[in-house]
Amino acid sequence: MANEHTKSGRGGWLFLLLVVAVYGVIAISNVELIGQALNFFVKAMRSVWPVLIIVFLLLLAADMLLKPAWIKRHLGGKGGIKGWLIVAMAGVLASGPIYAWYALLKDLREKGMRASLAAVFLYSRAIKLPLLPLMVHYFGGAYTVVFCLYLFAFSIVSGLLMIRIKERETT
Amino acid sequence: MYVPQLRKSLIKTVRTFVNLLPIIIGMLLLSSLVVKLLPGQVTADWFAGNAVLDAVMGAFVGGVAAGHPLASYLLAGELLKGGVSLIAVTAFLVSWVTVGVVQLPAEALLLGTRFAIYRNTICFFSAIAIAFLTEYTLRVIS
Repeated sequence: MANEHTKSGRGGWLFLLLVVAVYGVIAISNVELIGQALNFFVKAMRSVWPVLIIVFLLLLAADMLLKPAWIKRHLGGKGGIKGWLIVAMAGVLASGPIYAWYALLKDLREKGMRASLAAVFLYSRAIKLPLLPLMVHYFGGAYTVVFCLYLFAFSIVSGLLMIRIKERETT
Repeated sequence: MYVPQLRKSLIKTVRTFVNLLPIIIGMLLLSSLVVKLLPGQVTADWFAGNAVLDAVMGAFVGGVAAGHPLASYLLAGELLKGGVSLIAVTAFLVSWVTVGVVQLPAEALLLGTRFAIYRNTICFFSAIAIAFLTEYTLRVIS
């Protein structure tokens, strides 16, 4: 998995083309739905761009400041519990849509970050700190605390399971 | 010394971003379509009253659905009011933010197909596990 080939150049444009084709096919039978979806897309794009700027700046900072040796030491195969906690906490603090963070994780993985830690980051993002008051409002304080603790614990479990799968693949 | 380094990093980051842009636009278009198609259709009728089946259904619907997590709270609240169990609603909430069927193509393109499939599968089953654990923990606490 660590050496799994990833591609985003031409594949990304093909993906976009495919999605546009899906829109085209649906538009033939339901123009109204496509209109609503496009309206939603414009609104979503407006809310996503600030996160994209943050990701761009983080990518730039990571490229300039984080050297592969440091990443390998703390987030690589020999990184200890500290690396796991750093990544889990970073996931909790990361905001915005999940796909905005794929590029940063791809960059870090290319520099030596373990696949399992990328999984931990993506999982712990499920804890949405700014939305906690709303969650308390809808489901109660006890539920919110228990729910978030399990999410945090399972972010680590998901990383451990990714290691186990990788070990099985290599044996 | 820092200027050439900054220039080099800037070029690399811009290149990464240009490659990322069609994926983000594609993802947003796809998510917008799912948002308009799915949540309005999800009702309490989808859940049978069996804890295990409802948890699986909750995790499935949450994994396929897309949109802001706030929307999942609203929908989950409505489902609870409609008599759907806390187990099913919790599986739905966890799956909404951890499993991404709509995001799967983007995740596979950037992080690898096997990584994306394994991660989403783990998240799907963990959503069911968290649902049961949360329910039983709350019972013990109360």
